Amino acid sequence: MKKVIALALALVLAIGVLAACGGTGDNGDDNKMLGMSESPLPAPEITKDYEIKEDFKIGFICLHDEQSTYDLNFLNAANSVQAALGLTNEQVIIKTNIPEGNECYEAAKDLVNQGCNIVFANSFGHEDFMIKAAKEFPEVEFCHATGTKAHTEGLKNYHNAFASIYQGRYLAGIVAGMKLNEMIEAGKITADQAKMGYVGAFTYAEVMSGYTSFYLGAKSVCPSVTMEVQFTGSWYDPTEEKNAAEALINNKCVLISQHADSMGAPSACETAGVPNVSYNGSTYESCPETFLVSSAINWAPYFNYIIAQVNKGETIDADWCGGIEQGSVVLTGLNQDVIAEGTLAKVEEAITGFRAGTIKVFDTKNFTVDGKALTTYMADVDTDAAYEKDTEAITDGYFNESADRSAPYFDVKIDGIKLLNEKF
Amino acid sequence: MAKAENKTRSPLFHIVKREPLPWYGALGVRAGAIVIALLLSAVVIMLLTQKNPIEIYKAMFEGAFGSSNRIWNLLQQLSMLLCVSLAVTPAFKMKFWNIGAEGQVLVGGLATVSVMMFFGDKMSLPVLLITMIAASIFAGIIWALLPAVAKALWNTNETLFTLMMNYVAIQLIAYFLKKFVKSGSGVLTPMPEYGLPILADKPYLLNIIIVAVLTIMVYIYLKYSKQGYEISVVGESENTAKYIGINVKKVIIRTLIISGALCGIAGLLLVGGTDHTISTTTAGGRGFTAIMVSWLAKFNPIVMVLTSFIIVFLERGAEQVSSQFRISSSISDIVTGIILFFIIGCEFFLQYKIVFSKHRKENE
Repeated sequence: MKKVIALALALVLAIGVLAACGGTGDNGDDNKMLGMSESPLPAPEITKDYEIKEDFKIGFICLHDEQSTYDLNFLNAANSVQAALGLTNEQVIIKTNIPEGNECYEAAKDLVNQGCNIVFANSFGHEDFMIKAAKEFPEVEFCHATGTKAHTEGLKNYHNAFASIYQGRYLAGIVAGMKLNEMIEAGKITADQAKMGYVGAFTYAEVMSGYTSFYLGAKSVCPSVTMEVQFTGSWYDPTEEKNAAEALINNKCVLISQHADSMGAPSACETAGVPNVSYNGSTYESCPETFLVSSAINWAPYFNYIIAQVNKGETIDADWCGGIEQGSVVLTGLNQDVIAEGTLAKVEEAITGFRAGTIKVFDTKNFTVDGKALTTYMADVDTDAAYEKDTEAITDGYFNESADRSAPYFDVKIDGIKLLNEKF
Repeated sequence: MAKAENKTRSPLFHIVKREPLPWYGALGVRAGAIVIALLLSAVVIMLLTQKNPIEIYKAMFEGAFGSSNRIWNLLQQLSMLLCVSLAVTPAFKMKFWNIGAEGQVLVGGLATVSVMMFFGDKMSLPVLLITMIAASIFAGIIWALLPAVAKALWNTNETLFTLMMNYVAIQLIAYFLKKFVKSGSGVLTPMPEYGLPILADKPYLLNIIIVAVLTIMVYIYLKYSKQGYEISVVGESENTAKYIGINVKKVIIRTLIISGALCGIAGLLLVGGTDHTISTTTAGGRGFTAIMVSWLAKFNPIVMVLTSFIIVFLERGAEQVSSQFRISSSISDIVTGIILFFIIGCEFFLQYKIVFSKHRKENE
């Protein structure tokens, strides 16, 4: 009899554990953000000045699920737009874990079959398969984040989108520069020792545009700043990112930022006590002693835009790139315990400058290449097999990032930034 | 009473090998297992998500059969999994633990995509297709033959050897993509213009027909040919095989050539027939899932149609469930896991029965 009772007890215990697992996740929102200020650049409210047709549907294709910070950023935006526009779960269909292969084409086709008027995909590698689906279903709009082919493909129903995240990185750079100034004033480092480190994923334009704008932001307040960049060769590799951050810290970098998706670099900074500028969302919870600020792309304005255009019967731009003005670039709050005094005022001043159009991040007056000002630069904007540099990017004295296509194409190596390695 | 218990300590139950069940009994046990699995999954779903399990099962059917596209997709996935399962079956029947099907499929695909890429514009379509077929089969054979020869000549461990060949294949593809795709996405733009012909405007029809024909061929080969018989004998006992004059080394190598060739064809169909491009995940774990398909079907190719259907159905259904109810795909994985656990577990009860000890009651 004892054994039977033991078995029964074990079963009850197992069910209890399962039920307990089911209960978690309800209390995610009431985190205490003690040291965090209000965001100087929050996500704007979504407004609607159009009617949504009853049979309207939009489908989302995501590379991973909410476990990935990259995909979570899209899913949060999709959910916020759905709530703001009052769409039902039948009208917003989300497919997660769709690889960058024929599965993406199948998923797009299935969303069309379910009656979607718009199909959106979030990963760079989805592009070819979205184009394949777009050719097959001309009556459906296909929108793709981070892609590069819409402006040359000539399809009316295929569109690329990105955000001027370099603006956000510039602002985050100002926070970093102010912190460096504080260290210099406190006598911790000399002006010449103001060296930052940057952990990048790949040596592509998207990352280069990002770290350059971050550097220029810091330089706008701390003119003596220099930077070293270490690439990991992966978008998500906690160990490599941690190692890269530690190597940079050993190289006497006194502040670290990163463009890769894991907690590797921020947690290495927390351990070493080195201030960190994060990306894609706050890492304050895990790194309260070192987190400064984080910039992120907010996809909600783009989703609202494409839904509006389709319901109004208007066309969607082949390339759409939202900045601070559209609410596509956002900042988290600033960590009051770590930032330097006067940072918030500087950031707000720059935001005003961006809104007024007086700040151009890639103004050729602000940087030199091989000691000389840049007067002309051919960028590779159109995708072709030979990677031909095809478009003049310098206009009116600045590098006109994201003007000829939404995805970044700034890949100039400027003075003051040293690449420790290159990874493609 | 306490005294009595101290004297006779007997186990609560013991396990006894049972007489083979009649076909309806075996069918009953299997059906029972699936019913219990569905009920248990329903309880788990309710506890974890507070969703109505009937709705979830409905969504699974929707996901698999909801539209003609979904049915085509189901058939395509089914035929691809079946093709790899057919490939591993002769080797497993011979008790050669070939867990390298993943790599064999991938090199078959890599050979196909290389021909498409480098000779696509240089050859006429018929010549190109023949080259693709030859290259993919050849590559698959090489990948299976290396461990087979090593096993036959030096008695190396084929499990480790075939497993490691998978990683070599994956790295070869990673290298290929790094070398020839520079855009940063790592995605080789599909080349549908050099793909296999499309029958009756249905892109997956050709694949499905080819795999159907292969299924019948492998069935006949294993069941009725002399070589098929030799495979069974080597599988049952190598010594018996040697005693009755079967050249075991020859059988191992010949069987692995067949295995590799079928994997090569799977790679050809995946790359040339549907994807028209390649990635390290083109085989999608089928090389491993195929082992389960093959074992569940007891190496019978006709039954494998059913077992691969079950697995593909669960996959397609799970995808729909996670999309429709906005629940993490892990929930669907849990349900799939429970169902597979019961299907595999019931095989145990087909061979053994549990006998509860009786004398305890007598003592009481």
